[in-house]
Amino acid sequence: MQDLIRRYGAGLTAIICLLVFFWLAILVVVPNITLFESSFRPYLPVTEIGGPKDVYSLDNYLKVFSGQVEVSPLGFTFLIPVHVLTFFLTIWYSVVVTFLCFLIAYPMAYYMAKVAKPSSVPTLLLLIFVPLWVSEVLRAFAWWIILAFKGPLNSLLLALGLIDAPVRWITGYDAVVIGLIYTYVLFMLFPVYNAVSSLDTNQIEAAEDLGAPWWKIHWRIVLPHAKPGVASGSVMVFMLSAGSLLVPSILGSTTSQWFTQTINQWFNDALDWNTASAYAFILLFLCTVFVALAMWAFKVKLSDIAK
Amino acid sequence: MHRIRLTLSHLYATLFLIYLIAPLLVMSGAAFNDSKLPSIVPWKGWTLRWFSEMAADDRMMLAFVNTLWVAAAVALLSVIVGTASAILINSISGRVRTMVYGLMISTILIPGVVIGISTMLLWTKVGNALDTDFFLFRAGLHLSVLGQVSYIAAMVMLLVLARLQSFDAGLEEAALDLGASHAQVMRRILLPHLYPAIGAGAAVAFFQSIENYNVTQFTRGGADTLTVYVFSKVRSGITPTINALAVIMISVTILAAILYEIRRRRQERLMAAPPED
Repeated sequence: MQDLIRRYGAGLTAIICLLVFFWLAILVVVPNITLFESSFRPYLPVTEIGGPKDVYSLDNYLKVFSGQVEVSPLGFTFLIPVHVLTFFLTIWYSVVVTFLCFLIAYPMAYYMAKVAKPSSVPTLLLLIFVPLWVSEVLRAFAWWIILAFKGPLNSLLLALGLIDAPVRWITGYDAVVIGLIYTYVLFMLFPVYNAVSSLDTNQIEAAEDLGAPWWKIHWRIVLPHAKPGVASGSVMVFMLSAGSLLVPSILGSTTSQWFTQTINQWFNDALDWNTASAYAFILLFLCTVFVALAMWAFKVKLSDIAK
Repeated sequence: MHRIRLTLSHLYATLFLIYLIAPLLVMSGAAFNDSKLPSIVPWKGWTLRWFSEMAADDRMMLAFVNTLWVAAAVALLSVIVGTASAILINSISGRVRTMVYGLMISTILIPGVVIGISTMLLWTKVGNALDTDFFLFRAGLHLSVLGQVSYIAAMVMLLVLARLQSFDAGLEEAALDLGASHAQVMRRILLPHLYPAIGAGAAVAFFQSIENYNVTQFTRGGADTLTVYVFSKVRSGITPTINALAVIMISVTILAAILYEIRRRRQERLMAAPPED
């Protein structure tokens, strides 16, 4: 801090600090505290706000547990509150998306870092960047066209003779998962690519010379080295997927519901902002806990991710 | 590496690129199909009518203008805030740095839904407390700007911070010793070194803002941005005008990419000119 004042003077230092304060306090911390505070307040008509009924309670959080539905996974039938079910399905499918993104991105990241000619990598990166610059809503829309019942994918598969009758792709969460993978796979690709690039190629060659099979080279040398990249990619993809509202809304079927859609309904349809706050806080809190647990389980530190 | 495995890896890379690009081609193709539903099958003949219908869509044009304003405001604010944050982070150390840096990075991971709702709640509550109808405290695109800046600034900060690593602080010392004022050190020494990162940050911020849906959806009030408008079109009656819009946006992207690539190759040739190794 003294260093800053010595270089740029007290005036400029004060401006810098004010700007950081504006960002972190006014735009981040205070709004989130407001959200937390509001989540305990009841939904009241304007005239009664601040009145005797405006007291803190856990009612908004307890709404998560109302309305039971019957589910029967693996043959066991039991009742579960509908919003809890939505939340679990959101987390579960976000994990599926994260894992599939890794499976798709890892070979490509390895290819770019170690197999492709170094001179062609910038062109490859540029080609990959094009879909990233195209907006998310259009990417989801593209898959909506492709996966339509009478769409190009079914036509192609029918023409190739791979299927006999058109497949209904947009059922359950299938299309949502397909859309989320396409939208967020690049957020996995880039961190993994960076991590693999920093691996000394000599290590791979040494392992080859010593007779290690290819899968063992990946499992014992490349993957452990790329772990921080995989971790930061996974955290990004998981949080983006769980927090996505566009893709589940566009590619969702009648039987799919994402937790963000529930929040959106409370906020924009029911106009109950306080319950929406409670649900939003649940999403933020439990996703953070889940990510922290996963990082602990895979022995990854936060400092690895921010690299 | 064995020949078969090498061939397989090239094949995989090609498939991956096709997977990334093909959906965009399908979507672009549908813009030229003379069919009321956006699709490329069945092909009913070439037409440009969706482009003229798009140009006649006033709401879309308004949304487009809104989007540009929001994106420009977000880029400007994010660049200022992000650059200041990077300079501050670069000059502090220890516990405080870890904490502040952690807080800055965490904004990228906060779901947009949470940012949108919390921004909306804070400003309308302040407005209610002050009992004012001043526009700042009511839903609208200006709140979308503030909400978007809260996480896009972190991206700019990361870019500028990376650039700061290669900065030689001795230059500032020299300038100060030679009698430069503090403002001159900032304006003539530090900022010129950061310009490439600031430019990249502005571009990232601009495009991130155009993409944004979650934050905008909760703060926009009645105003439309392009993303929100396209979304409402996809949900209600869709015509291929959306595809026509997509064609234009993808073309702009590809054009920018080609220009960038040409510039990079020219610079590479210039760098390669004097024999180095």
